[in-house]
Amino acid sequence: MSHATTLAAPARRRAGDGGDRLFAGLCLGAGILVLLLLGAIILTLFLGGLPAFRAFGAEFLWSTAWSPVEGREKYGALVPIFGTVVSAVLAILVAVPLAFGVAFFLTELAPPWLRRPVGTAIELLAAIPSIIYGMWGLFVLVPLVQQYIQLTLGDALGAIPLVGFLFASNSFAGTSLFSAALVLAIMILPFIAATMRDVFGQVPAVYKESAYGLGCTRWEVMRGVVLPYTRVSVVGGIMLGLGRALGETMAVTFVIGNANRLPTSLFDPSTTIASIVAMEFPESLMGSLKQSSLLALGFLLFVISFIVLAISRLLLRSRLKG
Amino acid sequence: MQRRNLLIATGIAATAPLLGRPALAEQTPITGAGASFPRPVYERWGQAAREAIGVQLNYQSIGSGGGINQITNRTVDFGASDAPLAAAQLAERHLLQFPTVMGSVVLIVNLPGVADNALRLTPELVADLFLGKLTRWNDPRIAEQNKELKLPNLPVAPVYRADASGTTFVFTSYLARVSEAWKSGPGAATSVQWPGGQGARGNEGVANTVRQTPGGIGYTENAYATVNRLVTTQLRNKAGQFVKPEMPNFLAAAKAANWNAPNFAADLIDLDGPETWPIVSPTFILLPVNPTPDRLAGSLATMKFFDWAYKNGAEAARRLEYIPLPDAVHAAIRSAWAAVKSPDGKAIWTA
Repeated sequence: MSHATTLAAPARRRAGDGGDRLFAGLCLGAGILVLLLLGAIILTLFLGGLPAFRAFGAEFLWSTAWSPVEGREKYGALVPIFGTVVSAVLAILVAVPLAFGVAFFLTELAPPWLRRPVGTAIELLAAIPSIIYGMWGLFVLVPLVQQYIQLTLGDALGAIPLVGFLFASNSFAGTSLFSAALVLAIMILPFIAATMRDVFGQVPAVYKESAYGLGCTRWEVMRGVVLPYTRVSVVGGIMLGLGRALGETMAVTFVIGNANRLPTSLFDPSTTIASIVAMEFPESLMGSLKQSSLLALGFLLFVISFIVLAISRLLLRSRLKG
Repeated sequence: MQRRNLLIATGIAATAPLLGRPALAEQTPITGAGASFPRPVYERWGQAAREAIGVQLNYQSIGSGGGINQITNRTVDFGASDAPLAAAQLAERHLLQFPTVMGSVVLIVNLPGVADNALRLTPELVADLFLGKLTRWNDPRIAEQNKELKLPNLPVAPVYRADASGTTFVFTSYLARVSEAWKSGPGAATSVQWPGGQGARGNEGVANTVRQTPGGIGYTENAYATVNRLVTTQLRNKAGQFVKPEMPNFLAAAKAANWNAPNFAADLIDLDGPETWPIVSPTFILLPVNPTPDRLAGSLATMKFFDWAYKNGAEAARRLEYIPLPDAVHAAIRSAWAAVKSPDGKAIWTA
């Protein structure tokens, strides 16, 4: 064997060149494949949705109609878009402070013996399939929201002028925008918390110790040293969570109440793009206006996700420059 | 060596159950896809027919729309749909349509203190409950029909199927038939724009939401309501009688129907007759009239399967709360099968 190797040494060099080229080519191919796939998906969704865009024009974007009745079909995307964005934003509002607390606790406050179990528990939360969250939400969370949160909040806050309508609802089934946002918040919490914990842990100890040496409190160190140092990754983690919340399907379907009406209250039922596509797709005939409208909704979800991504990039860039 | 032994052992273990079955070679597999509503009865028939006539049914309940798509593309042997297809659509897709069993839709309520089948509803009340025109259960209009009941002062919480479904199609067809406001408003389809209430996924979702919401009212298939002992209601039929959702009343609807409608698209909604339950509907099979050569055996086996089911499956269907078709309809369906022809123009079904 060794004899053969020595003999083949010059040849091996050439073979190595070929291997390098092959490897580079494969990597290039993989990169291009992703681009092609993305392009193909966008194109498929757009072409599939084209008949709906043609039939309804720009009105598709702000129409609240969703009536598949034969002969007077009419579809609009406003309710699902509204539900998608509002439930995701609400989920972020609930999840980010919680995730920050978890990460702060795990990196700064928790005794070492507690860090591992709590950290593992957070990671396990991320491993639970979304259908389980949906079932748990429907059977456990929704009755709690219905009996305790909705009535309490409705009584206490419903009379406040200007914002009271947000809490007063005529729908008492418990499946609502609020329940959906709550389930989503729990689902995205582990992603955001895990990202934050990891990046908080990467802040060089020297920086923190210097700040402590100057007499800073823990909170001042967090605000003045850790957060500025990790801002990019923290925003990245939040965007990851937002992206997941926008596209989540099964869990939301179970608890949002699936009503194609514009909600006026947090406790009104609503629907999301992913949810309406999952609910209506099996009963849509190939080539029908309904299927085309569902594909158009998929395209719009793509656009929304893209806008979210673009905004996060923009935020990061302007902050980094400043 | 050890590994090879292990392989052989697992091989034997894997094939052993197959060897145990008689007449393995003669089993003809057929694939169907479509409506989820008749799935339990098709599966029960499939189990029995495998031993009786050697037809192995693989039924995928992906929804009527999916079933129609798949049979149009000829990727399955038969499609199944809860709603009948229009004659033009059948012709365009070269499909034969025939019914298998019937099912009924019932109303379920959650009213504390109101027993099963005690609440009496008229068609106008049902439409107005789902239209959001009646908002309280102690409304005088409801009380007028239910003088002996003490109805609670609860808000009406309508619950509907969030997923597009044949059940919704049947129920909204009924509402559109009995209420002009519903017909010109939400209309009849597998999913409609509901004026109020909550959507829940599947029969189980509707039942669960109604159970959790005092004042809730929803609709499910009768089979689901019976098996889960849900609180159902009486309904006033076209003859002006209040009827309970029970088998004799469903059979009365089947008897009153006009089965001579083209493509067997019989309409069983809101029929005449003192005992007739007003919300009954057949479920349909779609079979290509021009099966491709590689699907000839599957087409024949499909017809054999349903022929067997018509002869022997009525009891199993009834036990699952489905309503068997009248015998005269079975005979008519068998003669309609002559339309299914092989590429050389001969009818496949000869019996």
